[in-house]
Amino acid sequence: MTTSHESEKATMDTAVKPSSLAQVANSQAAKTPSASAEGTGLETRGIHAWFGKHHALADINLNFAAGTVTALIGPSGCGKSTFIRTMNRMHEFIPGAAMAGEVLLDGKDVYAAGTDVTKIRLKIGMVFQKPNPFPSMTIGENVLSGLKLAQLKVDNKDDLLQECLERAGLWSEVKDRLGAHGGSLSGGQQQRLCIARSLAVRPKVLLMDEPCSALDPGSTLRIEDTIRHLSETMTIVIVTHNMQQAARVSDYTAFFLSDGGPGQMIEVAPTSEIFSRPKDERTENYVTGRFG
Amino acid sequence: MSTPNLVIPSPREITTEPRRSDKVFRGVVTGGGLSSLLILGLIAVFLGYRGFEVLRQEGFGFIMNSDWSITTDDAGNVVESHFGLAAMLVGTILCSLVAVVIAVPISIFSALFLNFYSPNWLKKLLIAIIDMMAAFPSILFGIWGFLVLMPSVEYWAKLIHRYLGFIPIFDMQVPVFTRSPFVAGVVLAIMIIPIITSVSREVFAQAPLDRIQAAYALGATRWAMIKAVVIPYGRSGVIGGAMLGLGRAMGETVAVFTVLNIVFQVNWHMLLGAGGNVASLIILKFGDASPYEIKALMAAGLVLFLLTLVVNASANFIVKRTGKSGR
Repeated sequence: MTTSHESEKATMDTAVKPSSLAQVANSQAAKTPSASAEGTGLETRGIHAWFGKHHALADINLNFAAGTVTALIGPSGCGKSTFIRTMNRMHEFIPGAAMAGEVLLDGKDVYAAGTDVTKIRLKIGMVFQKPNPFPSMTIGENVLSGLKLAQLKVDNKDDLLQECLERAGLWSEVKDRLGAHGGSLSGGQQQRLCIARSLAVRPKVLLMDEPCSALDPGSTLRIEDTIRHLSETMTIVIVTHNMQQAARVSDYTAFFLSDGGPGQMIEVAPTSEIFSRPKDERTENYVTGRFG
Repeated sequence: MSTPNLVIPSPREITTEPRRSDKVFRGVVTGGGLSSLLILGLIAVFLGYRGFEVLRQEGFGFIMNSDWSITTDDAGNVVESHFGLAAMLVGTILCSLVAVVIAVPISIFSALFLNFYSPNWLKKLLIAIIDMMAAFPSILFGIWGFLVLMPSVEYWAKLIHRYLGFIPIFDMQVPVFTRSPFVAGVVLAIMIIPIITSVSREVFAQAPLDRIQAAYALGATRWAMIKAVVIPYGRSGVIGGAMLGLGRAMGETVAVFTVLNIVFQVNWHMLLGAGGNVASLIILKFGDASPYEIKALMAAGLVLFLLTLVVNASANFIVKRTGKSGR
């Protein structure tokens, strides 16, 4: 595997040749899109977002097929995070925030009138940039906190706890100290704890907002492993500033860019294509490190 | 690795010569900081000095007995005197506890409402009103309590007596419901709601956004989020605010004096129209007290001062003990 080697080289010098990234992307067996994913995935239609008068995002149409990993890349301030926050309705917490368009989960608009937003967030989980376990809770309580928060009943909590920690790749490290507080873990472990926590409510989609940007390279690789395992059973959308990461973990990549106005989605394609033969010149400039 | 001949120096003394402006500012700030300590100390010394004679004469009886009488002969010389604060202390504690028990839940709910439910315009309006409440003259609370609140509180007191009378403190032998410690406690509760509310509001507002978002992203309802994130985070601050309120309730004078019927007999029955209050005792007796009685009142002031000090110290202790969890 040349993956880690590539990443080291790439972090030292961001102006990598497109071909090397494409190699990494190709080494991932890109999944074929189940194009007939109607009713089993997540789709956005004409998403716009505003913060007060500031138009942050314009007309984003994306289709996330079930069981795929899609990476959203682009320079800072291009609206990637805003976009994923519109999908699980976290956008609306910001005072003055507004949106237009539709987010369809299994064909149903999550913004439809009469929708219970808490149920949407159970189906579309989220992992944040900074690990944020609940410090007053133990590791075990953190993992199962979603059940308590959403008032869900589960028959066998111990099994669920183990399953979630295993899927998040943390079980072997914490199985002997589930009663310790979440804050006693390292940053990378805390982030995997947060992933385990979002898995406990069995979401269909997991949104990850730069989940590795606060972590060291070793923890980053472990989380990428976790993402690959998870993608067998769920749809994952990951925002990342790290193009090597996008190349390593994703099946599809969407490139976002703001030219001073609202952020737009410039191009979406299978990841290997984005990094080897992007259609748009701006995408090529970005992935080859000429700007951004 | 270590070279045998290496001479290890002793650590250097690290100093800096501050500029004149910094020295001046340091002096001003130090003066400001120490002045409150100085004033507090002088008050304690003054009260102790003035009350010493009475304290020595009465000993522990001063806080254990409940008589308050002074007999003078025609020349104005003290013939016989008995000073005891027990009834007043019990009354002070009773009134303040009633006040805190009523005020804390109301304050927590209003702080939560202001932070997490209220629309912005209403929030601004309510904060202004609550701040104004804190600055409201206490005599007006007293008069309002006496004229307006008392009739309704009397009714509540009767209800409590009827349904909870089996609990000793709600029991009463004589049906006198007006001017009771309970009524005084309700008036005090209204007076301390602003301070507990604003302290709680401040700490709740500091609950970390990333944890709040984490809870919401897990499908939490607003109430579930508050229970899981905001309350564990703010618990110690709310306890601190409640203690601050308790301290204020114990020291409050005029409002209690207006409402409460002061009787020199220990009474734990909070619904009965006979109570005590150290601060109100002082204001009641101060006007026409003989020089010797003044000394007794100073001693009473010292006791109240120490009681408040103990409450604040224990508040600090509790806040420190509970402070770490949830942060």
